[in-house]
Amino acid sequence: MLKNEDRIFNNLYGFESSNLVDAKKRGDWSNTKDILQKDRNEIIEELTKSGLRGRGGAGFPTATKWSFMPKEPTGKNHYLVVNADESEPGTCKDRDIIRNEPHKLLEGCIIACKAMGANICYIYVRGEFYNERITLESALNEAYESGLVGKNACGSGVDIDIYIHHGAGAYICGEETALLESLEGKKGMPRLKPPFPATSGLYGCPTTVNNVESIAVVPTILRRGANWFSSLGRERNTGTKIFCISGHVNNPCNIEEEMGIPLKDLIEKHAGGVRGGWDNLLAVIPGGSSVPMLPKDICDTVLMDFDSLQAANSGLGTAAVIVMDKSTDLIKAISRISYFYKHESCGQCTPCREGTTWLWEMMEKMANGNARVDEIDTLLDLTKRIEGHCICALGDAAAWPVQGLIRHFRSYMEERLISTKNKILVEQ
Amino acid sequence: MTVKRLDSNQPETFSFSKQDNELIEKIIKNYPKDRKQSAVVPSLYIAQKRAGGWLPEKAISKVAEILEMPKMRVLEIATFYSMFNLKPTGNHFIQVCGTTPCWLRGSDKIKKACIELVGQEGEVSFDSISWLEVECLGACVNAPAVQVNEDYYEDLNYENMIDIINNLKNNKSIKVGSQIGRVSSEPYNADNKNA
Repeated sequence: MLKNEDRIFNNLYGFESSNLVDAKKRGDWSNTKDILQKDRNEIIEELTKSGLRGRGGAGFPTATKWSFMPKEPTGKNHYLVVNADESEPGTCKDRDIIRNEPHKLLEGCIIACKAMGANICYIYVRGEFYNERITLESALNEAYESGLVGKNACGSGVDIDIYIHHGAGAYICGEETALLESLEGKKGMPRLKPPFPATSGLYGCPTTVNNVESIAVVPTILRRGANWFSSLGRERNTGTKIFCISGHVNNPCNIEEEMGIPLKDLIEKHAGGVRGGWDNLLAVIPGGSSVPMLPKDICDTVLMDFDSLQAANSGLGTAAVIVMDKSTDLIKAISRISYFYKHESCGQCTPCREGTTWLWEMMEKMANGNARVDEIDTLLDLTKRIEGHCICALGDAAAWPVQGLIRHFRSYMEERLISTKNKILVEQ
Repeated sequence: MTVKRLDSNQPETFSFSKQDNELIEKIIKNYPKDRKQSAVVPSLYIAQKRAGGWLPEKAISKVAEILEMPKMRVLEIATFYSMFNLKPTGNHFIQVCGTTPCWLRGSDKIKKACIELVGQEGEVSFDSISWLEVECLGACVNAPAVQVNEDYYEDLNYENMIDIINNLKNNKSIKVGSQIGRVSSEPYNADNKNA
């Protein structure tokens, strides 16, 4: 279990105030000036050593991403855009950072801007998080008034401005290029890559998009050293992570834990265990709605980090653990996720626009038992026709939960279809 | 994808207040000089509040005029983002999260409470309350959750949702956030700030 002194987010739950005075007591903004006066390569090197991988879902090494930014000024603005458009079902960690630890995020923005040579930062907060945005705005005002942000930020001689922008309800805007489109005042439709944002991003300028958690952990890593961070977790999967445990557990909660904690420990130690005991567990979605589910026998032993979950044919994603006990209608649960993707598809690519609708309709048929057994293969085939055929990963994210269901619970589905058919025959 | 259309009943006029205009001017300054268009979502949001929770066609035109955008581009935005309502909503607009994490913890019962006390989805009741099922609100460890106008109400069940709606009807104040006494996302009854 993570020791209290190794915790990065000491006010994750908001038991203390989020304002500057209290944030400083928790150690925020303590030696930012020294960090900002380091050479940018030095910061990136330290972060590389820490092994920090992006916390937004894909797990790309954060320092490597920063190193893609131009090394010299290009005469244009260089941007850092923080992705706070948190809307992956199961995920609610960035919300806690924004409302309870906003200064960690702001300090991280300043340091990240320095390390990548950006002069302007936008924080894109999802529209629904209205109260959270107000908290963040007041934290930003405090930081400006104290000279921590803006011209000569923290007295370091670096000029960095931070602005807060908000969306208006569109899951797709969490995709980095869709987010940039949305920030430019257009529909949030993902762009083709290349060009990658680091060459041509916001307004055609060099841009890096990072998740809130990735940015908010940076000041602590630099303060305590890369060795401390990399001593937590396993190789290639270092540090701490905020896990969101929802669904059929006794005490759903957010919790910062060490990477690589066994899933079973995570649920039993922090979330009060599965409703009705561990043996009542049916399946877990370990990383937000986009990743394939795991049946109980894998959950018994799997570790919660990028590589372990990938080896189990799933993924850490945003570390949003959705627990389902034996009372769950699994087909219905995945069908609801399919509806989510149908609703959130931006409509740009045909396989996704049409395919997500078909997926949901077929999943509803399966849930009602109103399909033939061989249609499970048709459904699987359909997921393969969406996966990998679209500009962004939303299509893949729609396909994977259904594939996970078929992979692990095919007989469960067959049983449903056969028993419904028999019931109809008996009634006739 | 969802399809949204302009409402058939449109008000004759729409105008921003002086404060609205000042706020929009302030927001425009957050973006580079020739990038006014970036302010379209925040401006539409202000317009929606001014018009009472939804976007009439005149409001969309007004935003287009201020930001010097073709009206079509603004309409496109209004139909694309789910928080923009193109049909009137109640003064109390309840968004019920129905996505899987909330569904697993009983969002169907929350919808039942809404149907019983407010009416069918999307209809505005005589006391100006309406509700819609929406996708993930991002409060999954406090599921089920609803958002009423700007505020989240979390850790709901059928009974406390009934209470919330009754309080809305009587214009009584309701505690925002968890309805079972949690501060935020900590485990229930956690006495340690780090759980």
